Amino acid sequence: MTATKSRTMPLDSCEEIVHLRQTTRSWMAEQRFTLVEQTKMMTATSELARNAVVYGGGGSAKLELLEGSGRMGIRVVVEDQGPGIADIGQAMTDHFTSGQGMGLGLGGAKRLVDDFEIRSEPGKGTVVSITKWK
Amino acid sequence: MTIATSHRIADILTRHEQPILEAWLREQLVALSARQDLISEADLRRQSAEFLALFTSACRSGNITDITAPEWKQSCSNLGNVSRSRATQGFSPSETATFVFSLKQPFFSRLRQELGGDAAGLAEEMWNATVLLDKLGLYTTEVHQKAREEVIKLQQAEMLELSTPVVKLWDGIIALPLIGTLDSGRTNIMMENLLQSIVDTGSDIAIVDITGVPTVDTLVAQYLLKMVAAARLMGAECIICGIRPQIAQTMVHLGVEFGNVVTKASLADALAYAFRQIGCTVSKQTSRS
Repeated sequence: MTATKSRTMPLDSCEEIVHLRQTTRSWMAEQRFTLVEQTKMMTATSELARNAVVYGGGGSAKLELLEGSGRMGIRVVVEDQGPGIADIGQAMTDHFTSGQGMGLGLGGAKRLVDDFEIRSEPGKGTVVSITKWK
Repeated sequence: MTIATSHRIADILTRHEQPILEAWLREQLVALSARQDLISEADLRRQSAEFLALFTSACRSGNITDITAPEWKQSCSNLGNVSRSRATQGFSPSETATFVFSLKQPFFSRLRQELGGDAAGLAEEMWNATVLLDKLGLYTTEVHQKAREEVIKLQQAEMLELSTPVVKLWDGIIALPLIGTLDSGRTNIMMENLLQSIVDTGSDIAIVDITGVPTVDTLVAQYLLKMVAAARLMGAECIICGIRPQIAQTMVHLGVEFGNVVTKASLADALAYAFRQIGCTVSKQTSRS
């Protein structure tokens, strides 16, 4: 698996969430992902990016176009240096929220993509990686 | 820096103002040859002559290092006006800075003519002039950027106003077509507009059309549900329509449920539903034979 294209973007404000979402969509449109796949990935990206901005106090996102073993995919890695998540199992549970949201962001994002990885260390930050294959 | 050296620059500028201006104009016309649609030669001449006169008199003050000092106030404000007008005319920052930087060549060649025999003096004055003109050039870029930012702010404010119209579809039916990204700044204004319109028109049904919303994530869904709840409290029924197939699939995976909120695929379906609710029937007129 090799990344044929990659781009890192800052994530500190709502405008940057929009920018990340638009970039994700344009990359996927270029690779002829279907409209449904584009929308799912954009929505998942939006959830993670908003988590990073609202709960993680900002961070960065890395966008990668993957190619290998006959298939192609797009990966978004969202990283923040926020308070981290103590209990990932609980955070992934639907309707659990530590803030004001609906509590569907993390679990929902996982259901919207093909691969989902989360690493978090309390006090250090959180890294979430999502991949959509074509 | 001694007063004696700075007087040399001022002296050369004063004595050769006209030829320097002419040479400077020639430089600018070459640099801006592609942008003659944006500025006329007469305007360029007027701006250049004004600035050169102010620049010369500021140099005569003896201070040629600190452009924030009061002696430079007039030059800077003149330069600021030029930069701002260029920013709004659509010049790029480099094109705007060229206004100042293109003065270097004619100014330096004049310095060389005048101080050619005094190599040390020439080098010193060249350095002084470079530092000074660089500062002024950077100043134009700063002003240019600020002016562009003001334009963007203005456009953002205009978009905020434009994007939240509540339209009356029928007696008792209003619609709010949502377009673009929903962030907290806009959603508050939209909610306010919708609720106020419900009061003003005494409507029983409010249709929220989300055809123009590209992404419905949990934040947007939560906001829509809040809007429906608020409208209900005011006695109006809210219908959400314009849910495109890809949005519907995404929402299902996301786990967002609209519960007992009436949702329709299109605005036409929503309007038909609303007519039924208020007891209106729409029928085709049968042609009289």
